[in-house]
Amino acid sequence: MLKYIGKRLIYMLITLYLIATATFFLMKILPGSPLAAASKLTAEQEAIVLAKYGLDRPLPVQYFDYITGIFQGDLGVSINQFMGVPVTQLILDRLGPSFQIGFQAMLVGTVIGILLGMIAALRQNSWIDYTSTFTAILGISIPSFVFATMLQYSLAMKLGWFPVALWDDGFMSSVLPTIALAMSPLAVAARFIRTEMIEVLSSDYITLAKAKGASRGEVAFKHAFRNALIPLVTVLGPLAVAILTGSLVIEKIFAIPGIGEQFVKAIMVNDFAVIMGTTLFFSAFLIFIILVVDILYGIIDPRIRLSGGKE
Amino acid sequence: MKSSKIFWLLGLVLVLGMFLAACGDDAAAPEEDVEETDVEEPVDEEEPAEEAPEEEATEFVPAEEVPELDEPQVLNLMEGAEIPSLDTSLSTDAVSFNILGNVNEGLYRLSPDNVPVPAVAAEPATISEDGLTYTFKLRDDAVWSDGTPVTAQDFVYSWQRSIDPATGSSYGPYMMSGVIANASEIAAGELEPSELGVTAIDDKTLEVQLERPTPYFESLMSFPLFFPLNQEFVEAQGDAFASNSDALLYNGPFTLENWDGTGLSWSLAKNENYWNADTVNLDEIKFDVVKETSTAINLYQSGEKDRTGLSGEFAMQYANDPNLITELEPTLFYLKFNQERNGEPTPLANENIRQAIAMGFNKQDLTDVILANGSLPADYLVPTDFAFNEEGEDFRDINGDVLGYDPEAALEAWEAGLEELGVEEITLELLGGDSELAKKMDEYLKAQLEENLPGLTIELRQVPFAVRLEADEAQDYDIQNAGWAPDYQDPMTFIDLFVTDGAHNKMSYSNPEFDALVEAAKTELALDPAARWEAMAEAERILLEDAGIAPIYQRGTMSLQKPYVHNLVSHPFGSDYSYQWAYIDGKE
Repeated sequence: MLKYIGKRLIYMLITLYLIATATFFLMKILPGSPLAAASKLTAEQEAIVLAKYGLDRPLPVQYFDYITGIFQGDLGVSINQFMGVPVTQLILDRLGPSFQIGFQAMLVGTVIGILLGMIAALRQNSWIDYTSTFTAILGISIPSFVFATMLQYSLAMKLGWFPVALWDDGFMSSVLPTIALAMSPLAVAARFIRTEMIEVLSSDYITLAKAKGASRGEVAFKHAFRNALIPLVTVLGPLAVAILTGSLVIEKIFAIPGIGEQFVKAIMVNDFAVIMGTTLFFSAFLIFIILVVDILYGIIDPRIRLSGGKE
Repeated sequence: MKSSKIFWLLGLVLVLGMFLAACGDDAAAPEEDVEETDVEEPVDEEEPAEEAPEEEATEFVPAEEVPELDEPQVLNLMEGAEIPSLDTSLSTDAVSFNILGNVNEGLYRLSPDNVPVPAVAAEPATISEDGLTYTFKLRDDAVWSDGTPVTAQDFVYSWQRSIDPATGSSYGPYMMSGVIANASEIAAGELEPSELGVTAIDDKTLEVQLERPTPYFESLMSFPLFFPLNQEFVEAQGDAFASNSDALLYNGPFTLENWDGTGLSWSLAKNENYWNADTVNLDEIKFDVVKETSTAINLYQSGEKDRTGLSGEFAMQYANDPNLITELEPTLFYLKFNQERNGEPTPLANENIRQAIAMGFNKQDLTDVILANGSLPADYLVPTDFAFNEEGEDFRDINGDVLGYDPEAALEAWEAGLEELGVEEITLELLGGDSELAKKMDEYLKAQLEENLPGLTIELRQVPFAVRLEADEAQDYDIQNAGWAPDYQDPMTFIDLFVTDGAHNKMSYSNPEFDALVEAAKTELALDPAARWEAMAEAERILLEDAGIAPIYQRGTMSLQKPYVHNLVSHPFGSDYSYQWAYIDGKE
């Protein structure tokens, strides 16, 4: 097991290195200057500023410097959005709110989604099933900004239960963004669990379990649910990363100081170090989650061996 | 472990997928960018939730007529973007300038009537006869927020720092080159920053040597780049300088509080050390960054915020709101006609063709129906309500309108042009922005021109701002929908864009007569305001009669402001607003 994880960690580093390299060069192809005042400056004036950030040097030199910087924990500084602010500080400053909302949304979304999916599967073709399926379709098909706008208008503007926007009221500020963001994991979880459970419930070993006299609840939870979890875990891993790392739309609508909005903005304005830093951070996070998912497989289903069946 | 081999590939795909997902989100966002077209200035790149000022709604109340204020003097505002930098040498954007103008102060400041008046300077500058030496006497009671006096050395240090290539300032070389003696050479690394034409004669006397007479120099002194910096403080802070509200010194009406360097909120508090603190009414101004216009309007409607910008469809929706404020900005949008592309002359090198297009679309309908945000149709280059001569006359009133909508004259010119070129059909590319409004506008222009000028086909090319800039730089377009916001309060900031081979010409427009007038206004007429004014007016007339460009409109903005907010003053350049005279009355 340890050997397996060690090996995987090495692969992770290689993956990250390749992502860093690809992103670095892709980013340099982006059109436009990173300087906010570029439209007004002459080429010479622009060169003075670029020199300050070392962007006047040949690309391979910049690349080498950047990669060595990473190993020293230096991700560079923002050039135009927050002039001179280290990218590590920016990520740390902005991660909290995104992470909090994302975590709450994942928790609420998956728990409710799983419950809905299970009920729907156990009561197939009943009104509960239809309601649950309908909710899932809504969650998948309606973009989160529509939910967010609707929630903001109804629960905050009209009823006044929650703040309209802004991140200054503690937990209350996070409620509406959480609900808006939870719709998508909720829908995904409900759909997967329902489909998988229906399939599992009709399989031979469930019939066997029933024949052996296992109770309805035992069949549902111990056998059917556990097997239905595997595909769900597979999709929820990357989804969790996407949600935990912030949503541009939700953060904009609720005026939350999150990382998601920052990342997209950085790409738009060619803030090189910020693009690199956030991409690397998101990638590392994603790769880590994939590892966790792989380990979880083994826990959920002992048939899946971690190291080629040696255990 | 066969699967591990493709593991990293999978990871890569997923990460790239995230990129795409992020961009996809962006496209789905409602009213992402409310710009008509991005102005060639970073300042205008982001202002969905920005507040626009009042002019028509409420009159300015002079200090002696301000009523007894017994309510909490707290103003709640929003900005459309975060603060990129409050280092006066480095800032280039509207949000930063807006704060700097309220927490710091230069030699001059713009009055409520937008006239530069002495601020840190105790009295108007003494100007030498040749117009090249300005001597400023500083106020004795001007102090920094830590109590140390503001001295002439603070200005010398700040300006030298901004022009020093090691600082990496964008606006330092941009604003000082050709204005302050030796600035260009220092920026190019040929001279030392200490050789800049600015000297502290003593603690309270500052002498500035100019490169050439600059009639608008005093108004420049209200621009944040020319604000003072306390050398001891800046050097003690080192890299941390200006990284948060504690790492700054203030000498203006307010001090900045609760800004962590990357956050979405901050506040301004009254600066009791400010020499003119008696005139400041507000105790606190709370700011939050709200990038989504609909959210900003919701916060305004729910009473949390006192003012909100209206953009896009919201401008129309609130057109009859009693608290609506419409304001005209000195930002002008126009079509650039590229006369030479890839070394070949384009059909636009023909003056009749340019005339035809310039007169061939209805600007009134464009501003009334498509934009509907208080913008004015423009038959001119230098904006209205922007530059005034010594008698206070608007430059616009002197020169009048030149190039207007006239479908019949357009058709006549069009046919003459086609004949001269010996063709019956012309296809031209129209380069424009990719925001919703910019697209709508360019489609309107296409429809109008194709209808009024038979044989013309317009192909639309809608690209992000950065791409448009690159195309402009490479002169890779036929017609471009462009805009310009002023850098200083003088018609020249618009007019000299189009001199032959000018850095912003980029369309091969060249008229020796125009060049000569601009040159004369900058040199031999610089000390003769009336003649200089006349030369600039003549130059503008020539440019438009040549149809070098085709003016479209002057931008207006609309916003809602609670009726209890008074004396919030807006400015045409530098800091957008002054809060020092503002007060709250009638809220409760």
